[in-house]
Order: sequence, then C-alpha cells, then structure tokens
Amino acid sequence: MNLDDEEKDILAGKAGPVPQQALRHQIKVGEFFGAEDLVPVTQAHLMADTESLGEAGVRWLEGLAATTAGQRRVRISTITDPRGTDFAKADLLGQTSAMLDLERRAIVAFEALGVAMTNTCINYQTIQAPTRNEHVAFGDTGVVIYSNSVCGARSNFEGGPSALAAGLTGRTPRYGFHLAEKRRATLRIQVAFTPTSLNDWGALGGVIGRIAGNYWSVPVIEGIEGAPKSDQLKHFGASMASFGSIALFHLVGLTPEAGQLSDVAATDLPSQRVTKADIEQLQRSYHSDEGVDVVVFSAPQLSLYELSDLAGLCDGRRFTVPMLAVTSPQVKPDADRMGYTARIEAAGGNVLSGMCFYQSYAREISEARGWKRLATNSAKLVNILGGYGYRPMLASMEACVDAAVSGRLARP
Amino acid sequence: MSNRIFRARHAMGSTVRGPALVADDGFSARYDLDRINGVFSRPSHKLAGQSYVGKILVLDTAKGGVATAWMLHEMKSRGIVPLALVFNSVNPILAQGAALGDVSMLAGFDEDITAAIPNGAEVEVNPQMGVITVVG
Repeated sequence: MNLDDEEKDILAGKAGPVPQQALRHQIKVGEFFGAEDLVPVTQAHLMADTESLGEAGVRWLEGLAATTAGQRRVRISTITDPRGTDFAKADLLGQTSAMLDLERRAIVAFEALGVAMTNTCINYQTIQAPTRNEHVAFGDTGVVIYSNSVCGARSNFEGGPSALAAGLTGRTPRYGFHLAEKRRATLRIQVAFTPTSLNDWGALGGVIGRIAGNYWSVPVIEGIEGAPKSDQLKHFGASMASFGSIALFHLVGLTPEAGQLSDVAATDLPSQRVTKADIEQLQRSYHSDEGVDVVVFSAPQLSLYELSDLAGLCDGRRFTVPMLAVTSPQVKPDADRMGYTARIEAAGGNVLSGMCFYQSYAREISEARGWKRLATNSAKLVNILGGYGYRPMLASMEACVDAAVSGRLARP
Repeated sequence: MSNRIFRARHAMGSTVRGPALVADDGFSARYDLDRINGVFSRPSHKLAGQSYVGKILVLDTAKGGVATAWMLHEMKSRGIVPLALVFNSVNPILAQGAALGDVSMLAGFDEDITAAIPNGAEVEVNPQMGVITVVG
C-alpha cells in the first residue's frame, strides 16, 4: 500500500507502539482486499461487547491501555456500540459477576484509550449522523448500512479491532464502499408492497438481504411509496445487513445517491420482484410455537418514538411473561422524563439501556432464565438468535405486547 | 493433478494442513457457532451439529454482523477454532478477524470452491502462494 509521510512515521513506531500496531493491522486487511492507500476518517464506532471479546480480547485491550500515556489515545471521535449488560438490570438477565467484572475491565481499558462509551447502535439517531461522502469507520452492521444508504456516508463493516485501529490512526484502508465504483447497484429489486409496521420493514429487508446474498452486493430498490421514517429504515437496513451481510442499498428517489435509477444502475441490471407474500412467508417461517417465554424489543435499540408507541400499548395491561425493551443511554433519560419508562414498567415490563439483547450473553441468559420461545418485532433479532438456542418468532409490536399479556403469540 | 490445486485472489496467514469441512452455506461466528463446544449450532446451517475445531472450513460467504472480528481471536486463545477459512467470498469482518486472530484465510476463486473441494478431504492451505491443494 502507498503510505504518506505521517503513515510511514506511524509504521516506524514514531507515534508509539499502539498506533503502530493499529496501522500494521490496517495494512494487513487493506492488502488482503487490494487497497491502494488509506483514507482519512472523521469518526469511528466500535463494537466490542465482552461476549465477543472474551477474556483474550479484554486482555488484549488492557495491553494497549497499559501503554505510556500520550501514545495510546484515539485521534478522532471514537464511540462504542452496546455493551454486554445494563449493570442495573443484570439480575433480571441472570448474568454472573464474572461477566460483569469482564465488562468493567473492558470499560476501564477503553476509557484509557480515549474511547467515548456511548454504548449505542443508533448513533445516527442519537449522537451524530454522518453526512454525504463523509468517510467513517463504523462497526455494527446496522449502523454501517444506515450511514451508507440513508446518509450517503462511506464506510465498510469495521469490526471492533479495525474500528479501534481507525480511531488510533485516523484512517482506514481505502477499499469497498469508500470507492465510488463499488457503490453502484449490482441488482435491482422491484417491491410490490410498501410496509408500515417495523416488523414488516424488517422482514422486507431480510427477504432482500437473502436475495442479495453477500457483502459486495448492492441492491437498488424501486416501488417504495411515500417517504419511510428513520425507524422504518433502521429496521429495514439492520435486517438486510443481518440476513445478507449487506452494507449499502439504494431506494430510487429517496436515498441520496439514487435520485433516479440511472444514477446508480446500468440499464441491463438483473431484476427481481418481492411481494407481500414473500414478507409474510419469512415471518411465518419463524412461528414455531404458540407459547412465549419472553418478549424482547431490541436490535436495534429503540428510539424515543418507539418507546412512546410501546408505552401507549402497555397502558392498562398486565404482563404474565417477562418483557424487555432495550434502548440507548441517550434515549433512556428522555424516556424516563416523558414517563414512558414508568408506563412500560407499570405493566410489568423492563426498560434497559446501553446493551443489546443478542450482544449480552444470550445463550447464558436463556439457560439461566429458561427463556427459549422469544417474541420480538425485530427481524434482525430472529435471524441471530436461532444459533443461541432460542426459538425466536417475529410479529408486530402490538402482537408482541399481547403475547406478553397472554403468554401466547397469534399466528401471523 | 492440476484440478486439485485452486488459486485464490485474496490470501492471508501461514501454511496449514488438515481435513476440509465443506458446505454450500454462509458463516458467522456469532450466528452459527456454539463457540464453547466448538460446533455449528444454528439449526438451519448445513453443518449443524458438526465440530469445526481443527478443520479447514470451506464455505460460500461471510454472513451476519461484526462480532466475528473479535471472536476468532477469542476462539484461537482457547484452541477451539478452525484451522483455516477458505471461502468463495468474504466480507471485511472475516478478514479483520483473521488478521487479529492469526487464522489463515483464502477467498475469491474462479470456480465454486465448495463444489471443488470434497468434504473430508485432506487439504493444504498456502496463503503465500494463494492456493489450496487437495492432498488426500
């Protein structure tokens, strides 16, 4: 890779061993993908829950954090994805003291590196949305696909080690979606049905993600009526990224790079039609039981508007099975102030913050609490949790709240 | 035999040799694995129930989220890890995870590598040469 003088100095260790190690990692990844150079980035977003890190990852971070002060701090705004717990609710989740201790050690290490513990996967709603053509190094696939597609920013999926490396060097390898030519559509999707509910938007994203199939595919989507809301595109993108590892989509006439189809697509692009029946089929395929052990709203974290809707559905209800709603530390104080938290909790629900359900030792939670049959309105969550031993089921927010009351989920 | 050597466009890591575990399916450490016991745990995965420990995984593409970037490192620290990853295509996360975890990787072939490598075959992955060879 071509390096400028500052990068050569970093690689030579003149900025200390931490940036040097970070740049070595970036060069290894960049050369794997044929990057010619590095591109300056303005923000990094770092996924590093302790279930993923494990003891080995936390020790690795502590090793960086033990470096001489002045040689270990991030150079650009570097923020975190959800943590592995909400310390105030750890008992509810059946999490052990060992899990919490590991979490505390990771936080100390991150803070020593200058990372801001925002603990959110909806930073584009709560911290600062990137702007068009802004090069960033974002982790959490839902954050990347929203930032690339809806904001027009430029990011690859940056896993924790690479996002941290970008924070430490202020750069990332220039390949993939940092390049204009990789952002052109590779397949055309014609949608015959515009969803309204979040679960339908998520299911549509899942269907398209499965069709698109891999990271390098860029679907351009036609047929969406009206202007979708941020929460709808949040679920749509997060699910597409989860089902298909997709990092960028275009909505013709809606997203910034696709004012018209020809802006992003060749005329002979293969086309596929997606119908309401496809969306319903995906949701039915997860409905494996009528009984429900737990109801979870998470993945992505809920916005203030979602919590407002949820609070409205909880009024006058009494839950017989546990119900968890997970939001960001930025939204939670407002939800408290507006009374949404109190209304959800009055029905027997729980509002958690700073974590996400699948990033919080989901397998151990299932074993500790006996939760298997899980109802959610998040298509992303149902796609993930099967491997953790759950039988996840996808339904509307309304149907999930009804299930929290009755313990039974109506067939979609 | 030339048809037993397959060249990759992307390569990383050091030479390893072992049994191939092959499927026309995707891969995510978080979504698909019971990382404690070293087996594929996602019920719908074509390798569900099978151990990946010490195997050279030959699969289609990377799926899912960003966690694999940390998880390969954590799996390697416990020795419950595939010997190498050989994919038709990978996403950045898998490459970043292989870089941190020092797991050998090949990606990008002219043929469908999951159809070319027999399941259970003894194979050698040589990232310096960018090839996987069926040796037995």
